[in-house]
Amino acid sequence: MELLYAITTGVLTACGLYLTLRGRTFPVVVGLTLLSYAVNLFLFSMGGLTTDGAALVNQQQGAIADPLPQALVLTAIVIGFAMTAFVVILAMRARSEAGNDHVDGKKEDRE
Amino acid sequence: MILLWIALLPLLGVVVPALLGQRDRVLSTRITAIAPALALLLTFSQVPALLDGETLRFSVGWMPELGLDLALRLDGLTLLFNLLILGIGLLILLYAHFYLSPEEPFDRFYAYLMLFMASMVGIAMSDNLILLWLFWELTSISSFLLIGYWSHQSDARKGARMALTVTGAGGLALLAGLLLLGDMVGSFDMNVVLASQDVILADPRYPLMLVLVLLGAFTKSAQFPFQFWLPHAMAAPTPVSAYLHSATMVKAGIFLMARLHPAIAGSELWSVIVSLTGTITLLYGAWFALFKTDLKGILAFSTVSHLGLITVLLGIGSPMAVLAALFHILNHATFKAALFMSAGIIDHETGTRELKMLGGLKKTMPVTALLTTLAAAAMAGVPLFNGFISKEMFFTETLATPVLGGLSWLLPVLATLGGILSVAYSLRLVHAVFFKPARKTPPKSPHEPPHLMRLPVEILVGLCVVVGLLPGLMASGVLSLAAQAVLGEPLEFHLSIWHGFNLPLLMSLAALAFGILMYWRHPDLRQLTQPFASVDARRVFERTIINMNQKADWLINKIEGHSLQRYMGLLLLSALVMGVIGLAPIAPLTGKLGNQPVDAIVLLGAAMLIFGGIATAATHRYRLISLLMLSVVGLFVALTFARFSAPDLALTQLSVEVVTMILLMLALFFLPQQTPRESSPLRNVRDILLASALGLVIASLNYAVLTTDTSSISDYFLANSKPGGGGYNVVNVILVDFRGFDTLGEITVLALAGLAIFKLLNRLRLFLPHSDGEGRVWSPDRYPAILTSISMALLPLALLVSAFIFLRGHNMPGGGFIAGLVTAVALILVYMARGVEWAQERLDFPFQPVAIAGVAIATLTGLGSWVFGYPFLTSTFAYFTLPLVGTFELASAMLFDLGVYLAVVGATLMILANLGKVTTAHRPTLEPSETEPEASSPDKETR
Repeated sequence: MELLYAITTGVLTACGLYLTLRGRTFPVVVGLTLLSYAVNLFLFSMGGLTTDGAALVNQQQGAIADPLPQALVLTAIVIGFAMTAFVVILAMRARSEAGNDHVDGKKEDRE
Repeated sequence: MILLWIALLPLLGVVVPALLGQRDRVLSTRITAIAPALALLLTFSQVPALLDGETLRFSVGWMPELGLDLALRLDGLTLLFNLLILGIGLLILLYAHFYLSPEEPFDRFYAYLMLFMASMVGIAMSDNLILLWLFWELTSISSFLLIGYWSHQSDARKGARMALTVTGAGGLALLAGLLLLGDMVGSFDMNVVLASQDVILADPRYPLMLVLVLLGAFTKSAQFPFQFWLPHAMAAPTPVSAYLHSATMVKAGIFLMARLHPAIAGSELWSVIVSLTGTITLLYGAWFALFKTDLKGILAFSTVSHLGLITVLLGIGSPMAVLAALFHILNHATFKAALFMSAGIIDHETGTRELKMLGGLKKTMPVTALLTTLAAAAMAGVPLFNGFISKEMFFTETLATPVLGGLSWLLPVLATLGGILSVAYSLRLVHAVFFKPARKTPPKSPHEPPHLMRLPVEILVGLCVVVGLLPGLMASGVLSLAAQAVLGEPLEFHLSIWHGFNLPLLMSLAALAFGILMYWRHPDLRQLTQPFASVDARRVFERTIINMNQKADWLINKIEGHSLQRYMGLLLLSALVMGVIGLAPIAPLTGKLGNQPVDAIVLLGAAMLIFGGIATAATHRYRLISLLMLSVVGLFVALTFARFSAPDLALTQLSVEVVTMILLMLALFFLPQQTPRESSPLRNVRDILLASALGLVIASLNYAVLTTDTSSISDYFLANSKPGGGGYNVVNVILVDFRGFDTLGEITVLALAGLAIFKLLNRLRLFLPHSDGEGRVWSPDRYPAILTSISMALLPLALLVSAFIFLRGHNMPGGGFIAGLVTAVALILVYMARGVEWAQERLDFPFQPVAIAGVAIATLTGLGSWVFGYPFLTSTFAYFTLPLVGTFELASAMLFDLGVYLAVVGATLMILANLGKVTTAHRPTLEPSETEPEASSPDKETR
């Protein structure tokens, strides 16, 4: 299971990074979102993979999941949303100012 | 306590002239002088204690965990320097009073001068290495202000900049050296450091530390090859030159070497580096002093030369050499300050400092001529002046030392050569200005200055003569104290003018004779050196700086360029290289823990995640499809969290997923629906390779962590969640209690992002397409009936659920973040179903205040614990019993969570509702036949 989990994180990272290397704003935003999923999964797994062990101290008898990465990832998810929103609005603004949606704000005859 | 006052008084003196302003210069000078005069008196008052053999110390903790204390000391060395700094400082103040022209802002000048004085006193009194460095930097900054005082002159600005660059760079090296030194000894306390010579010399890092510390000292004291900044600092007003280059700034490096002498000297490395550098500097400075035609230029190079002389003595390092060094520090300060001030008087009264313009001034300025001649004689080392005695001691020491091994005979020869040059340039200075008949008339008709302006020179020259005649009486006391401080034990010595006929006396006489001869043949020498015109140091310096700037620009252009793609690619590439370099040595990436068995559901989930990820990337040119694929990934990430015991995360991810998708859909509406095929196949392959390699690194790293048994600090949280935080849901308790400060920061970022987006959307002009990418027009049914009715029914239900989730959050999965997101989603659904106008009519309030109120509530909750005397964000809780409802808990954390809730709702709606507002007003929903001509092209801009 751990190997599968690691492979999944790796694949998501690779896909996200590939998209951030694109030349248009929207794929880059999508790539950043994908990358943040991968990063969240990665951080989350720092506490190990626990089955049926939610960190509720009044209900659990057996193994309890590490609550610290969970708390950190929880805020990371929300901040990630705020950042995605900011970047995508920035992309819209850039298009309205520059007239196209290239990441460098250049004319379409580039490359 | 008196020590603190000595250090503090000059610092207080900084504000005095600033407060007094420019109204009355006489008053301002008098009142400004009070603070340093008091400090000088206080210093004198400590002499009896010093004579008893005490070292006075004073210490207050400042940042003890960094080893930084406000620690001051007063020993013989400090006494010597305090006398010079404060005493000459007072004379300079008097001199500057007359020197500055009436229209110049003297209050600023006095304030800078006092700041400089305070930082010099700070260096002399520091009993802590870091504190010493702090004052050291302060002298660099305040000398920059002083040298650049005439900021309208380009020379002054450039000279100041050069001094700051060189001494500032040296300061950095010194910091590194002092940190190393402190690390070796284990303390930054000066007493400990001075007592640990054995430990320091035995440490393998000693050579590195020594070089770094010496770099600091050499740059400050203008030792070769850093001497070039000093002559250019002559663009400063003359009082500044007289102060900085006689008694203070350039002596700071010398002071440092003397102060740390007991700790870091005593090795062969020290002797060789220090004495060789000193010798080169001594000769270099003396040689160039001989050919300068600017009065201050001559004095500047002679200063360089004399600093070299002192450095040689410190390098030799025998007790008598140290004594000679200290004595020469004192002598040089007196005669050089006097000479600078005379040069300033000449400049002031004739309007020029060029030797070619001057001559025959002994007729018009007889007193000044006499004073200057006496001071120059002291500089040349003529018998019966103070300079003679310390120079004789210097000659004696060069004869006795074995520092250069087999080449040690060279040292006295070079020393004599330095003596010859010194006589020659001193003679030239005096003769050319006062005695040689004038060839040209100076700009102003010269006459004697006001008597008070000449007074400082008279005092200093008087000291030169008296010390020269009665060295034992005048200087022995302070010198024996200073020597004891440097050497650590009392030194028996006797200063006298006459030592009998011996080799040093012969060297002195030879220096005098050949010096006079050299000046006589000066024109021939000049002719000889003409072809080797010296390079202007400033040109070289500035060319270097410009060159570096250009190189930096070129590099930035190369790396960052104007292409985000290339920049990003390089960033990822270097991340890859760094990651691989870091990971490669860790051979087995698999830890001890084995794999847990895989079940079908996990396999399916992983397959969907991988499929979704790859599909998102593969279809990125068809943006809508790519977005749908992204939502698959998001959904399965939420399921992954649920599967691995993180219900809070699953709920959060799910609701964020909804919001993100709505946001991206809305954004996509305004952006092109498809991405043109731009990247070359080669670039695609390159990007895929780079991304895959990094993915591989991440995967192996993740696998390594997952299979390694790690210990975590979470046990503490698990154990204290209920007793300390009053909740069973540990994740929520961490968020609102244990790590509440992080959460506060995060909701602040959220609210800020919302506000930034609000501003970005302001006056945004957008392309409003009337159809999708394939040319299909939008559905005319703007508000579908089913969606409308469902959303209306859902709204109260969703609000109820969010209240429920919020309240139970402390003990069960839930809390402010999730509840806030659920509320936001429910409201946005209404916006979508009914349109912004409809929703706006009913929800008529801006969301910015909601978000800000949320952050404010959370902050105030945190501040509330201060009122009860607890640290920021300490939480408290109590249980209440209500009839019917039963016992429930009320925690201050709940209030904090309410802040989180409001911030999330406010920020999310601020983002989405504002974005939504942009769409609705002019959205074209017409049939193609009815389309207005302007909107016919998809990318036509509508206003």
